[in-house]
Amino acid sequence: MHELVSRLLEGDRRAAARIITLVENNGQEKEQLLSELFPHTGKAFVLGVTGSPGAGKSSLVDSLVTHYRQQSLTIGVIAVDPTSPFTGGAILGDRIRMQDHALDRGVFIRSMGTRGSLGGLARATKEAIKVLDAYGRDIILVETVGVGQSELDIMATADTTLVVLNPGTGDGIQTIKAGIMEIADIFVVNKCDRDGADKMAAEVESMLDLGHGQNPYWRPPVKKTSTIDGRGIPELVGAIIEHREFATASGDFAERRGQQLKAEVSEIVEDYLKKMLWSKVGANAEMAQLLKDASERKSDPYTIARRILEVF
Amino acid sequence: MSDRLKSIEAKQKAWQERYNQSKQRGAKFMTVSSEPIKELYTPADIADFDFERDLAFPGQYPYTRGVQTNMYRGRLWTMRQFAGFASAKETNERFKFLLAKGQTGLSVAFDMPTIMGYDSDYPRSFGEVGRVGVAIDSLQDMETLFEGIPLDKVSTSMTTNAPASILWAMYIATAEKQGVASEKLNGTIQNDILKEYIAQKSWIFPPHPSMRIITDIFKFAKEHVPKWNTISISGYHIREAGATALQELAFTLADGFAYVEAGIAAGLDVDDFAPRLSFFFNSHTDFFEEVAKYRAARRIWARRMHEKYGAKDEKSLLLRFHTQTAGCSLTAQQPENNIVRTAFQALAAVMGGTQSLHTNSMDEVLALPTEKAVQIALRTQQLIAYETGVANTIDPLAGSYFVEAMTNRMEQGAEEYFQKIDALGGVLAAIDKNFFQQEIADAAFRYQKEIERKDRIIVGVNDFVQTENLTIDLLKIDPEIEREQVQRLQKLRATRDNDRVQATLADLRQAAASTDNLIPKILASVKAYATQGEIVNVLREVFGEYKEKAVF
Amino acid sequence: MEECKIRVLVAKPGLDGHDRGAKVIARALRDGGMEVIYTGLHQTPEQVVEAAIQEDVDVIGLSILSGAHMTIFPRVKQLLLENGADNIMLIGGGTMPEEDVQALILSGDAKALFTPGTSTEDIITWIRQSVYSGESA
Ligand code: B12
Ligand SMILES: Nc1nc2c(ncn2[C@@H]2O[C@H](COP(=O)(O)OP(=O)(O)O)[C@@H](O)[C@H]2O)c(=O)[nH]1
Ligand SMILES: [Mg+2]
Repeated sequence: MHELVSRLLEGDRRAAARIITLVENNGQEKEQLLSELFPHTGKAFVLGVTGSPGAGKSSLVDSLVTHYRQQSLTIGVIAVDPTSPFTGGAILGDRIRMQDHALDRGVFIRSMGTRGSLGGLARATKEAIKVLDAYGRDIILVETVGVGQSELDIMATADTTLVVLNPGTGDGIQTIKAGIMEIADIFVVNKCDRDGADKMAAEVESMLDLGHGQNPYWRPPVKKTSTIDGRGIPELVGAIIEHREFATASGDFAERRGQQLKAEVSEIVEDYLKKMLWSKVGANAEMAQLLKDASERKSDPYTIARRILEVF
Repeated sequence: MSDRLKSIEAKQKAWQERYNQSKQRGAKFMTVSSEPIKELYTPADIADFDFERDLAFPGQYPYTRGVQTNMYRGRLWTMRQFAGFASAKETNERFKFLLAKGQTGLSVAFDMPTIMGYDSDYPRSFGEVGRVGVAIDSLQDMETLFEGIPLDKVSTSMTTNAPASILWAMYIATAEKQGVASEKLNGTIQNDILKEYIAQKSWIFPPHPSMRIITDIFKFAKEHVPKWNTISISGYHIREAGATALQELAFTLADGFAYVEAGIAAGLDVDDFAPRLSFFFNSHTDFFEEVAKYRAARRIWARRMHEKYGAKDEKSLLLRFHTQTAGCSLTAQQPENNIVRTAFQALAAVMGGTQSLHTNSMDEVLALPTEKAVQIALRTQQLIAYETGVANTIDPLAGSYFVEAMTNRMEQGAEEYFQKIDALGGVLAAIDKNFFQQEIADAAFRYQKEIERKDRIIVGVNDFVQTENLTIDLLKIDPEIEREQVQRLQKLRATRDNDRVQATLADLRQAAASTDNLIPKILASVKAYATQGEIVNVLREVFGEYKEKAVF
Repeated sequence: MEECKIRVLVAKPGLDGHDRGAKVIARALRDGGMEVIYTGLHQTPEQVVEAAIQEDVDVIGLSILSGAHMTIFPRVKQLLLENGADNIMLIGGGTMPEEDVQALILSGDAKALFTPGTSTEDIITWIRQSVYSGESA
C-alpha cells in the first residue's frame, strides 16, 4: 500500500492534503492512490452547493458546517473557484468565509481552481471527494464556481444539490432560463434578512408549478435562509435529510451513484484511449505524416481521421 | 466673448500644429490617478465658466474658494500631527512635546486592539499592544492620556471608528473629572464606519447597527456636546487603499450623503447635525489634481446639501476638512526624499483650503515616527505658513484654465459615480456588492503595475536608485509596555466596583436591543470603569459581527 | 501529464487591516500562474498554519504592516515545525525595519522578506525559483 494511503487511513490530514495535490496534478502515483483508496469510499454523503457568485454559497457552507459539527458529524469541504484561462493562475477566496472552522480537526477544507474545466467543478473535484470520503468524512460539501449556465457537473457528482438564489436580484427568472431549475434538489433563497425573500420564493414555487424540475416524484422544496442570523438553517438541514430519504427509498440515490460510477469508468477509458492514441501518433511515422497532410490541406479532416484510426 | 473665443481657438489650432511637430520626451503625461493631461489649457477649456455661479467669493455659496471669508488671513490651518504609541503615559509626553513645539491641536492614534475593540489582555491582542498607537482599555488610561492637558483649551481628534462611541464617552468622562463641562469640548471622532467596510477594514458590527450608533451619537452631541465634530467622513483611507483622486472624492462624498440620509431617517432635521459633519482628505503628490479635488469637494457638497437635502443653516453647506499627506506615496528607499514629497503635498492641501493638516514624517514607511522626524514634518507646515507667502491671499490658483478645468472635471466625474452608486441601490448596497472595494483594488493594482513597467517614475524606487540606502534612526516600542498594560488592566478589574460594572453593562444590553439612545448607557459603563472590550462584547452579542467578501 | 501548479497561501495575521499590499500580491501571483489561497483578515498563527496544511501549499506568504512581525513569524514557524510541515516555505512582506528583516532571516523564522518598493515580478521570480529548486533537491 502506498505510504500516503496508509497514513490517510490512520487519519493523517497532511496525507489527505498531499494525495489531493497529487491527484490534482495528475501525478504518476494518481492511479495507484485512487485504486487503493476506492474500497474505503462510498460512505460519505455529498452535498453540492451552486448559485451565482455572491449568492452566499460559501457563507451557507460555513453555516451548514457549524450545524453539522454540533451533531458531531465530520466534514470535508471542497470549494472551487475559476482559474484564469490566460495565466493559469487563480485566487481562491471561498475559504475566507469558513476560517472559523480552521482549527476544528473535524473539518477539512480544500480550495481548488477549475484549471480549464468548464462544468463548474475542477477535473479533480470528483477525485478529491473520494480522498475525503476515504479519509472518513461523513459529509462532503462541494461549492461550485457558480457561473450559471454550465453548472451541470455538480449534478453528476453530488447526492443532493442546493441551488442558492437571492431576493430582489431578479436572478430568479434568469436562473430558470439558464436551466438551473433542473439541477436543484432544493432551492435556497439566501439573504432572507433582506426584503423580497418571500417574493423570490413564491416566484420559484410558481415556476415549479409549471412543471419545471427534474424528477416527477420530487418537487424541490424552497427554503429561506440567512447566514447572518442563522434563520432557516435547521429547516434547510431538514429538507436535505428529506431529500436523502426520498432518494434512498426511491432508489434514486443508488441509481445516481451507479450512473456516476459508470460515467467515471467511461471517462477513464476515454482518457486512456486518447492518451494511447496520441502517444502512438507521436511514435508512428505514418500517422504523423497523415497529420501533416491534414495541416497542408492535402485531404479533408474526416478522411484523415478515419485513416489514422485504421492504422491505430 | 465668443468672438474672442473663436479667435483664441483659431490661434490655438496653429499652435497645436506646431506643438504636434515638436519633440516630446516619450513620458506618459498623466496624473497620479492615471488621468491623461493635455499639453495646454486655454479659455476654450472653461468656455462656459461663470465666476459667480462656479466660484463666487470665499465664504460664499458654492464655497469653491473656501469656507471662510477671511481664510488663512484670519487664522492659519490647525497643525495637527497624528500621534500615539505605547501606553497612555508615553503618548501624553509626546503630546506635551508637540504642544511645546507649536502644534495647535491633538490627534490620537490608537493601537490595533483599541481600534478593533479588544482589551489588551485579550489573546488576539498578544504582541500588538501599544505597537502602532496608544493602548486605551478604560477610563483610567484616558485620564492618564490627558493628564495635565486642559481639555477646554485644546481640540482633540480621535481616530476611532467602530468603537468610537466608547472612546468618546471616555473623553467626555475625563473632561468631567477635570471639571470641564461637555458643552465646552472641542474635537472630532472619526466615527466613519462606511469607509471601514470600504477601505480601512477595522469594522466590528454589521452596517445597520453601526449606522444606528452613529445617529445616536448625532443626537447625543446635539444635546450635550454641541461643538464636537461627530464624524470625520474620510477619503484618506479610501485613497490610501489605492483609490484615485476622483474615487476618493466621489466615494467620500457619497458616504457623507449616506450619513445625512441616515440622520434624516432617524428623525433629525438636517440642520441639527449637518453643521457638525467634517471631512478628512488625502493629499497626494500630483499638485494640481489635489487642489482641484478640494475645490470640487466644497462645491459639490454645498450644492447637494442645498438643492437635494434642503439645508437652511449655512453651516450645513460648508465642507470643512482635515488633510493628511499621502503615506502611500512615500518610499523606504532614500527616506529623506520623503521630506520633499510631503512638502509638495502639504502645499497642495493649503492651496486647496484645508482647515487642518497632518504632514507625514520621512520615516513613515519604516515605523512610527521618531521625535526628530515629526519635528521636521511639523516644521514643513510652519515653513509653508510663514515663509512661502502662499497663505497671503485666498485661493490663489482660481482662474487658472487648468485648475478650473480640472475642478469641473472632478465635479462631473463625481456626479457620474453618484449615479452609478444610486443605480446599485445606495452606498450600503454598493458596499454589499463590493463596488467600491473592486474599484479600489483595480486602481491599486494598476498603480503598482505602472511603477513596475516604469510608466510612472518613483525617485529612488524604479529610477535614480542608489544601492547604498541611507539608514535613519527608528522608533522602537519596548515589548515590556504590553506586560505593564495588561497588569494595569488586571489590577483595575480587581479593584473597581464590579457590581456597578455589571449593572451598567446589563443596562446597555437592554438599550442595544431596544431603540433607546446608546450613548448615555455607554457613558455610565465607562464611568464605572468598564473596559472598552467589555462594552464591545455586550454590543457584539446583540448586533453580531461583520464579515467581508474580499475582492482583488 | 504532470501539471504542477505553485500554490501560495496569502495570509493577514493579527489585527492588521492593511490589505492593499496583500491583495496586490495575490493578484500578481495569480497573473504569474499560481494558485493563491487568501485567508482573509485577522487570522491567528494557528489558523494560518492549519489552512496551509489542508491546502497543501508550497508557500505561506504573511503580510504584516502592524509591527507584530517579531512575534508572528516565529510563532508560525514554530507551529509549522510542530506539525511536521516545515517543508512549506515561509515568506512575507510589509512594514519591517531592515534590522528585523535580518534577524528573522538569520533565525530561520522567514525564508525571504519583501519590503515596500519590491516589484511583484521579482517576488514571482523568487517564488518560482525557490519552489522548483526545492523540488529537484
Ligand atoms: C496605506 C496605509 C494605510 C491604509 C490601509 C488601506 C488598506 N486597506 O490597506 C489606512 C489609511 C487605512 C491605514 C490605516 C492605519 N495605518 Co497605515 N499605512 C499605510 C501606508 C501608508 C502604506 C501601506 C501600503 O498599502 N502600501 C502599498 C502596498 C502595495 O505596499 P506594501 O503593503 O508595503 O506591500 C509591498 C511590500 O511590503 C511587499 N509585501 C507586502 N505584503 C506582502 C505579502 C507577501 C506574501 C509578499 C511576498 C510581499 C508582501 O510587497 C508589496 C509590493 O512591493 C503605510 C506606510 C507605508 N508607506 O508603507 C502605513 C502604515 C503601515 N500604517 C501604520 C499605522 C500605524 C496605521 C494605523 C494603525 C493608524 C492608526 N493608529 O489608526 C491604521 C490601522 C489600520 C488597520 N485597520 O490596520 C504604520 C504602521 C507602523 C508599524 N508597523 O510600526 C505605517 C507604517 C505608517 C506609519 N509609519 O505610521 N494605513
Ligand atoms: N444580508 C446577507 N448577506 C449575506 C448572507 N449570506 C451571505 N451574505 C453576504 O453575501 C456576500 C457573498 O457571500 P459568499 O458566501 O462569499 O458568496 P458566494 O460567492 O456565493 O460564495 C458576502 O458579502 C456575505 O457577507 C445572508 O444571509 N444575508
Ligand atoms: Mg464562494
